[in-house]
Amino acid sequence: MKDSGVSKERVYGARPGREAEVGGGLRPRDGGRRGDRRDGRHGGRQGGRQGRRRGGRGEKAMVPEAEFTSYYGLPVLNPPVWKAADVAAYLFLGGLAGAGSTMAAGAQLTGRPAAARALKISSLAAIAGSTAALIHDLGRPARFYNMLRVMKPTSPMSMGSWILAAYGPAAGGAAVLDAAGRFPHLGGAATAVAAALGPAVTVYTAVLIADTAVPAWHEGRGELPFVFAGSATAAAAGMALVAAPVRETGPMRTAAVSGAALELAAARLLERRAGLAAEPYKKGKAGRFMRAGEILSAAGTAGSVLLAGRGRAAAALSGAALLAGSACTRFGIFYAGIQSAEDPKYTVVPQRERVDAGGARATT
Amino acid sequence: MSSLVGRNLLAGAETDVAADAGYTDHPPRMGFFTDTSVCIGCKACEVACKEWNAIPEDGLNFTGMSYDNTQGLGADTWRHVAFIEQNKPMGRAEPGVDHGGSPGAAPGGAPPGAPDGASGEGGGTDFRWLMASDVCKHCTHAACLDVCPTGSLFRTEFGTVVVQEDICNGCGYCVPACPYGVIDQRKEDGRVWKCTLCYDRLGEGLEPACAKACPTDSIQYGPLDELRERAAARVEQLHGIGVEDARLYGHDPEDGVGGDGAFFLLLDEPEVYGLPPDPVVTTRDLPSMWKHAGVAAAALVGGLAAVFAVHGRTGGAR
Repeated sequence: MKDSGVSKERVYGARPGREAEVGGGLRPRDGGRRGDRRDGRHGGRQGGRQGRRRGGRGEKAMVPEAEFTSYYGLPVLNPPVWKAADVAAYLFLGGLAGAGSTMAAGAQLTGRPAAARALKISSLAAIAGSTAALIHDLGRPARFYNMLRVMKPTSPMSMGSWILAAYGPAAGGAAVLDAAGRFPHLGGAATAVAAALGPAVTVYTAVLIADTAVPAWHEGRGELPFVFAGSATAAAAGMALVAAPVRETGPMRTAAVSGAALELAAARLLERRAGLAAEPYKKGKAGRFMRAGEILSAAGTAGSVLLAGRGRAAAALSGAALLAGSACTRFGIFYAGIQSAEDPKYTVVPQRERVDAGGARATT
Repeated sequence: MSSLVGRNLLAGAETDVAADAGYTDHPPRMGFFTDTSVCIGCKACEVACKEWNAIPEDGLNFTGMSYDNTQGLGADTWRHVAFIEQNKPMGRAEPGVDHGGSPGAAPGGAPPGAPDGASGEGGGTDFRWLMASDVCKHCTHAACLDVCPTGSLFRTEFGTVVVQEDICNGCGYCVPACPYGVIDQRKEDGRVWKCTLCYDRLGEGLEPACAKACPTDSIQYGPLDELRERAAARVEQLHGIGVEDARLYGHDPEDGVGGDGAFFLLLDEPEVYGLPPDPVVTTRDLPSMWKHAGVAAAALVGGLAAVFAVHGRTGGAR
């Protein structure tokens, strides 16, 4: 908030509409409803309008907006300090790596060595990129090793660090040994370990972001793991379509369909169930990313069903659309969280409703 | 180690936080009771906190928000005094001053000299200032502490929550986890910072700097049990003199965070002061989150297994 101030010449960066709102407070002495607080709408001017409304001459808003009180419109929460280029990218890359490892094992077991190798290599690249992004996002990157200082079940980030610490070397071993063609038994074991941990790498990030006070994330806690699982499956399938020969990608095309379907269905369910906290998923930057994710996933799915069996170019294009769709969805989810934390509405309104319903006891 | 079950370690009332954190012989839980009804908005607490804790300057801004240019709690503001100007009367107060023609007066209010029918008590207008010194709540169930992956945040023997700055690696997880928006990252430093309830003073038997500096005893420091009794008595007293809106915030061990170590007496709804009306520790839902994640992971594995089974070995279906 360093962009406002007063100089000799002028006031700059002033933000109108941030007057303090009047709360539920004392009952108005003119016998008005106690609910007069509701008229002290966020961003509205206090005083004049309040006075008129109490007199019963205030006009009704045509569009029902969430009405609530806040402190000068400032957020209640401190919004996440995570950088989108690091953390949202990690949500995508971690999913791509995890689902890719499981898919690679499936491909290897069913005699699709080229697809398996491609997926192992992409998983290694993705998890290496993830780790770099996560360390880069730290305020003190040089202290990244403190992530393994304790093992703490109440911290999804601690559990995730340990999962990554086990998964990373396994994914690396699987890729390197496959590419080098050495120690096939060890390579098989690494592939198996990576395949077993892959789903954990994929979905724990959903718990990571849901385990915050950020309304859009916390209220999506039941659906986000499924969005992530579906999105990651579609991304890994897309990667296989891009990087593996067409004759080996039959299962990946089916997986692309089911992954994208799960992703879209779970995202829709989230937007239905999360109440007010679903709104950020449809607005602003988050809304644009979510929409782009849906369109790209749908296009990639259609392409993988209809065209990807016919030629490498069509398959690669479908795969790229699936990858981009998954990435867009993750960025959309990330930005929805930021948007919901930056507006006090998403924090105050649902909590106020809980209090008014009598279920809460923060004050007496 | 005794059973983890039935001790409300993630949510609900928890009687002895320090013992549950592993302290065997510990002092009583200490905290703040901030009685905003006697706050005069002098900001001595903000200054004392900055001085004692050597908190860097974080911008000299003019916000236009009444007398509040600090805006909220953060890495470099551990005490924050909120200013709210309202067209409301304070209890049965009779200011004896007619502000009818002033810019802040309630429109439609009594014009100068006219009898004030609305208030029925003559003279003044319904205008009040609310001032409140906000601080870290030192929750019974502290989300910041729960989610910290490095163990940098810890529970002290006094039941307070403190960041160990030599361990924090600036992952930033605690920032969105806090339901009150207290803890934040110091950009130029990378680590997170918040009120320590002057841990360095407590050990020496001193009260925290803000409480020491508060000229009206709006900020009271002491054993939490004692503060809760004192607060209950104060609310009763205020109700008795007609301040119907006095209410306690964060005192109840049954609330969403298991009760705050630093709680408040407010004169309006919490959101008026920028406080969440019904904060809940996010980790209360963590078991359910892991369950959902487990099902999703199983669905991923099962789904892929089914897909590969259907397609069979190369040259199979399709």
